[in-house]
Amino acid sequence: MTTAVEITSPRPHSGLTGLGPGLFGIRKRNRARLAVAIGLALFSLGPLLYMVSLSFQPNGGLLGATVLIPTHPTVQNYVQAWTENSFSRYFVNSLIVSIATVGITVVIASLAAFAFARYQFPFKEVIFYIFLASLAVPNLLLLIPQFLLMDRLHLLDSLMGLILLYVASNLPFTIFLLRGFFEAIPREYEESFRLDGAGTLRVLTSLIAPLSLPALAVVSMFIFSAAWDEFPVALTMISSSQHYTLPVGLADFIGVHTVAWGPFFAASVIATVPVVVVFLVSLKWFRSGVSLGAIR
Amino acid sequence: MYALFTVYPIYRQFDISFYNWHIFPGANNPFMGWSNYTAIFHDPVVRTAAFNSFLFIVVTVPIQMAIGLFAAAMLTDRLPGSMFWRAAVYIPVVTSWVVVSWVFSYLFASQGGVMNAVVGFFAGHTVSVNWTAQTWTANMVIWLLSIWKGVGWSFIIFLAALDGIPRQLLESARIDGATEFRVWRHVVLPSIRGAVTFVTVLLVIGAAQVFTQIFEITKGGPYNSTQSMMTYMYQQAFSNFAFGYAAALASLLAVVLFGLSAAEIRILRRQDL
Repeated sequence: MTTAVEITSPRPHSGLTGLGPGLFGIRKRNRARLAVAIGLALFSLGPLLYMVSLSFQPNGGLLGATVLIPTHPTVQNYVQAWTENSFSRYFVNSLIVSIATVGITVVIASLAAFAFARYQFPFKEVIFYIFLASLAVPNLLLLIPQFLLMDRLHLLDSLMGLILLYVASNLPFTIFLLRGFFEAIPREYEESFRLDGAGTLRVLTSLIAPLSLPALAVVSMFIFSAAWDEFPVALTMISSSQHYTLPVGLADFIGVHTVAWGPFFAASVIATVPVVVVFLVSLKWFRSGVSLGAIR
Repeated sequence: MYALFTVYPIYRQFDISFYNWHIFPGANNPFMGWSNYTAIFHDPVVRTAAFNSFLFIVVTVPIQMAIGLFAAAMLTDRLPGSMFWRAAVYIPVVTSWVVVSWVFSYLFASQGGVMNAVVGFFAGHTVSVNWTAQTWTANMVIWLLSIWKGVGWSFIIFLAALDGIPRQLLESARIDGATEFRVWRHVVLPSIRGAVTFVTVLLVIGAAQVFTQIFEITKGGPYNSTQSMMTYMYQQAFSNFAFGYAAALASLLAVVLFGLSAAEIRILRRQDL
């Protein structure tokens, strides 16, 4: 990674510009890059900031609200969003589904990835490539047969059924990323651990898991945000409003109150905060954890 | 588990597609042979949906990749506030499709939408374009939203790839007198080919499944003119209960996509590229 370059670079510190030659040679064009960075941030965050701003404006004055800073800020929309439409229930449902999906996927994928990384078994590579190939099978195209399967299993309209489907759809990519990360852990660590009498389970929980914490944090973030945002599957499988997850609940909300933009945007902000927090927390591990090197 | 929820449904999909399938237990599900498939080729909405999906892929994938790569190139080296800029570019990716679909609908609202105010400002008089109610402007809103939300994803993958290029490699090329263009063409791009292939394949697969933003913004209307393959499949299955027909649509799309992915990998892996 770049740190190696920075360490071996003979160039001295030069204030804000960092060390050594960059992607654009010695003239790193910091000022131009900073301007571009600001532009990109405005492009990315603009619509979201606008949403936040709208959520604090009184509902009546909403249409035609082209000012970014609310003139008469109010939290009325938040109160209304949280108390009406069993929105709090959707929120809890989404939390349950997302956290359970992350937990189950990470445990199963870790075990599978560890097996792929460390053990020899018949058809190992064939099985791994079948997993990989399923990355190319669009998940949504399986909606109909999955619907019929869940019907047969009596898991339609249940959060449990939704969790199972989310786990299944997140497994291949998670196993793929974790295998690469586990293989990069030197075997010697494991051997000395085993000499002390540790079994495979101890190796996994006391050695591999702590060492892979960054990777586990990053895949957890990916899975959490995927489960939190998922719409089509939840829309199809869940029929009673007490089991709605946030995306389905929000879509329903706008259908019922087409003019209640204020409360809708307040609800949207509430629905967006957890996933952004999870992302920001995971940032800490991004640098070392994204072994997207496996992809290169 | 994987076998139960993914492999078995793949088989079932093809199986159902040959029947006039009913959801009710014990219903008579006559075997149809290939007739679901022949019907697809005579359905004008399928033609529109296929065209829209194709256009969606062709428009959004290259633009997302270009902006993502550009952003990654700008932010890979140290910059004041690096972490903030990187996080900002990625944040739209973690937001919810339902939420941002409505934020964009609101931005493009016919009465009092921000976009009309902007256009009106430049035109010098008030305008009230009904963006999401006309085929092409609605498509444009959907594309813009999808690009906006998608950029961050290709960005982090390109960022990881660019971070991995030893800077000395670039430096020595420059010392040998290579122009910036040649450095990119012969050093940078070949070094990130794996990432480019990966991003292309997954973005195309994702784009072919475009669903939520269309479902929320236009519902496929007016008159099915913004329908995509996925929204049409969904409508056939869960509004019209034509499960066999929808399964045939899905099977056909799956086969096309699989072929497309294989072709993309082949082309992008070629050594002389």
